[in-house]
Amino acid sequence: MADLLHTLSAAELGRRLSAGLLTSRTLCEALIARYHLLNKKVGAFTHLDERDVLTQADASDARRKAGQGRGPLEGIPVAIKDNIAVKGQPLTCSSQMLASLVSPYDAHVTERLRAAGAILYGRLNMDEFAMGSSTENSAIQKTFNPWDLACIPGGSSGGSAAALAAGLVPLALGSDTGGSIRQPASHCGIVGLKPTYGLISRFGLVAFASSLDQIGPMARCIEDCELLLSALASADARDMTCFAVADRALTPAGDAKKLRIGIPKGFLGKGVGAEVATAVTAAIDFYRSQGCAISEVELPSADLAVPTYYVVATAEASSNLGRYDGVRYGHRSASAGTPVEMMTNSRSEGFGAEVKRRILLGTFVLSAGYADAYYMRALRARSKIRAEYLAALATVDVLLTPTVPTPAFKVGEKASDPLQLYLEDIFTIPANLAGLPAISVPCGKSGHLPVGFHLVGAPLSEAKLLAAGRLFESAHGFAHQQAAL
Amino acid sequence: MSSSPSDWEVVIGLEVHVQLHTRAKVFASSPWGFGKEPNEQVDSVVLGLPGTLPVVNREAVEKSILFGLVVGSSVPEQCAWDRKNYFYPDNPKNYQLTQKDFPIVVGGQVEIELPGISRNVMGEHKFVRIHHAHLEEDVGKLSHAGSGSLVDYNRAGVPLLEIVTEPDLRSAAEAEAFLRSLVALLTQAGVADCDMEKGQLRCDCNVSIRRRGAEKLGTRTETKNLNSISSVRDTVIYETARQIRELEAGRTITQETRGWNAELSRGYVLRDKEDAHDYRYFPDPDIPTLRISRETVARLQKLVPESLYDRQRRYVEKLGLPFTAASVLVNDRELAEWFELAVAAHPANPQGIANWVTNDLLRDLAASGAAGALLTDAVPPAVSLASCPIKPAQLAGLVKLTDEGVISKQQAKEVFTEMFKTGQEAVAIVDAKGLRQNSDTGELEKIVQAVIADPAVAKSIAEYRAGNEKAINALKGPIMKRTQGKANPVLIDQLLRKFLG
Repeated sequence: MADLLHTLSAAELGRRLSAGLLTSRTLCEALIARYHLLNKKVGAFTHLDERDVLTQADASDARRKAGQGRGPLEGIPVAIKDNIAVKGQPLTCSSQMLASLVSPYDAHVTERLRAAGAILYGRLNMDEFAMGSSTENSAIQKTFNPWDLACIPGGSSGGSAAALAAGLVPLALGSDTGGSIRQPASHCGIVGLKPTYGLISRFGLVAFASSLDQIGPMARCIEDCELLLSALASADARDMTCFAVADRALTPAGDAKKLRIGIPKGFLGKGVGAEVATAVTAAIDFYRSQGCAISEVELPSADLAVPTYYVVATAEASSNLGRYDGVRYGHRSASAGTPVEMMTNSRSEGFGAEVKRRILLGTFVLSAGYADAYYMRALRARSKIRAEYLAALATVDVLLTPTVPTPAFKVGEKASDPLQLYLEDIFTIPANLAGLPAISVPCGKSGHLPVGFHLVGAPLSEAKLLAAGRLFESAHGFAHQQAAL
Repeated sequence: MSSSPSDWEVVIGLEVHVQLHTRAKVFASSPWGFGKEPNEQVDSVVLGLPGTLPVVNREAVEKSILFGLVVGSSVPEQCAWDRKNYFYPDNPKNYQLTQKDFPIVVGGQVEIELPGISRNVMGEHKFVRIHHAHLEEDVGKLSHAGSGSLVDYNRAGVPLLEIVTEPDLRSAAEAEAFLRSLVALLTQAGVADCDMEKGQLRCDCNVSIRRRGAEKLGTRTETKNLNSISSVRDTVIYETARQIRELEAGRTITQETRGWNAELSRGYVLRDKEDAHDYRYFPDPDIPTLRISRETVARLQKLVPESLYDRQRRYVEKLGLPFTAASVLVNDRELAEWFELAVAAHPANPQGIANWVTNDLLRDLAASGAAGALLTDAVPPAVSLASCPIKPAQLAGLVKLTDEGVISKQQAKEVFTEMFKTGQEAVAIVDAKGLRQNSDTGELEKIVQAVIADPAVAKSIAEYRAGNEKAINALKGPIMKRTQGKANPVLIDQLLRKFLG
């Protein structure tokens, strides 16, 4: 049985654990064996403390035996993107800057997972400080798409998506600032959900762009995604932007066949690859066949989303990353000098090229004389985009587009062209700007590479997104899919 | 063509940074206080560890609103925080959370009192407008040791209210009076302790000069980080003289940031306008706009104490106190409230009570405090009424005994000393010591007549009758001797005059 455990969903594993058919130790040992077999190939994990995992697994098994199991996640491994704090584990953000950092505290989501009995299972590779769409910006290692090891897994939560697609772990946490959960989910053929801004505490998530960042669940099926989301969402007094709204977001939606689905006008034309367009059109046709009302909606400011995002996100990032200066923790330059010279040198050495590019851009758009033309203008555009999305979502339940215009590209293919890479997030960025929940659901293949469609809903409509995803998933064969490795 | 200093008018605006009296830091739960080991009062939020987030401390918000109410500002419906970005090792996040566009206090005014021509005479009063006050976080402290640098983040994140005045001050004396009044308002409302020795109040001082009568303001300089009222006063005097000297020599004033060397009593240039930082302010995305409910404002309004000078006016006008006593009492809210409790217990003689409080009580309290300090080698504590052995009603009792002629003023001093030592009631001490005056007219008449009959005083009687008023005093000694000093001196005087016709 052990050789099949990696193919099972978290929900199914939970049922077997509950029934006494499986122990957490057996499960973890199987996954550790698979890690040794495949991680070098895929590069998903940057750190796995096997002894700690087995200690946690034994503790979980003991709890269960004593009748003190903590719920559906008891004993289930959850792998964590390396920008979410777990006490005693590295918190590198895949950056040289934090290569030596061990977190002295737990993120709120980590506390939630511990309270749910989950096994905190290893650290996942990412683009440095979550800046990127291919995980090629990791300063630690490359991650490859399990469906084609020559291709990128997407990013920035590329390690999370690749680990799931490779069957290295049943559940993973990602973070999403402009598409960083959904875009790699689409490229790796898994489910990824970015919750409504404020549904999940950001306490313990290393900030990239604070007004856009959200932690979210990644899984191989809708049921698992929902399971993990339920565990994560709760109020937290340590994050003033986190609200006690979990109950509203998770209240079961009505009949998914009655959903009104809006298709943004012209979206399928925008550089969308033919096979992606085919797969997404088929998904739209499926929903129509199920009785859903399909209509076209206008989002005239949607074209502003990418430039708006790259002003707002980089502005916030330039400030958020200011704290990495070698004074208190992290990389400190060996070259002597005044304290300020030491800070300058530490930053020059510790950050990678893309991070520096974004810090420079963000510093520029906030600087005196330019802030009005860039930052303030971007804030106005953001308000406009949000207003248009909310207006559209008053007439339809969800908006459907591809998650990414084209399937995963070859490693290195776009490394020298950041602007082209930024377009990877053209469909996903508006949900972050507007603070809306969004999900990527696998819906087909372009060649041998997965394709996903993207749903955006009104604030706290997570249950609707999941219901819509479940309706599609139950009629198609894309759930639980894993690459053959 | 030379001009005298009086041809120039100085215009001063102050930015006063006050550490608020709170248990925890402004965006973290870490406590703070003075005199701790370096980096003892920090946590992951204060240190800006990756992933940590600020949470606004309600106590700091309420103290700030309370200050706004104390100076009569209209409390805004909402306030918000911005990030001020700059790199320095004492700044753990390399941005400071402050309030640029939506401060917590907008408007208001502080009444000030200038020194009178003497201590007994009240000086001119005037109002200084508050432009706004914003709630921000303090930074740590960087020090250089040998070849390296050390940084202490204990101070980082301490709640700091920056109070910005309009340019309403016109002299060093006004600046000084403003700060004294501000400190009294802040401490009396419990908003801040303002202990300048501990750096709890720091001041940036903007100074410009213009020809008297001119409307247009001159170019100003800003002298930063003054940590005492005397430094502010000295800076204004120095900077005024310097600017007059520059302008009269035909030079211009450069808009610049300056420092102050208190030991040398000299200012110096820190940086000029071209070096000004670009702080890249933007709204902090971690702290949502804070709405200030009217219920909170109404609740805090109840905590606003009577203002310094309203109290002073009441003492002079309603209680009939001399200005000197009133001004001493109102400077300390605890002292004023102590005084008022005593007056409530004996409303007939507020002035008598005020005399005891401002002279005897303060003197003895200071002496006992100083004695304690000698023993412990500690900083002398401020006058503390909490440990005062005499309670307000007890002092009222003493004044009442004097007013009723039960004891003489001289005896009252003796009783007061005993009260301060033992905390006993005045009447108990009077009885125990047998100090009660003899006011038995019949008995005293006999003694007075016996003394008058004594030939030893015949000469004095003759002198008195010849018109020498003072000669009567020679008869009082023997009377006191016969009564063991207990005779009511007022009564004796009356009886002597009656019998000597």
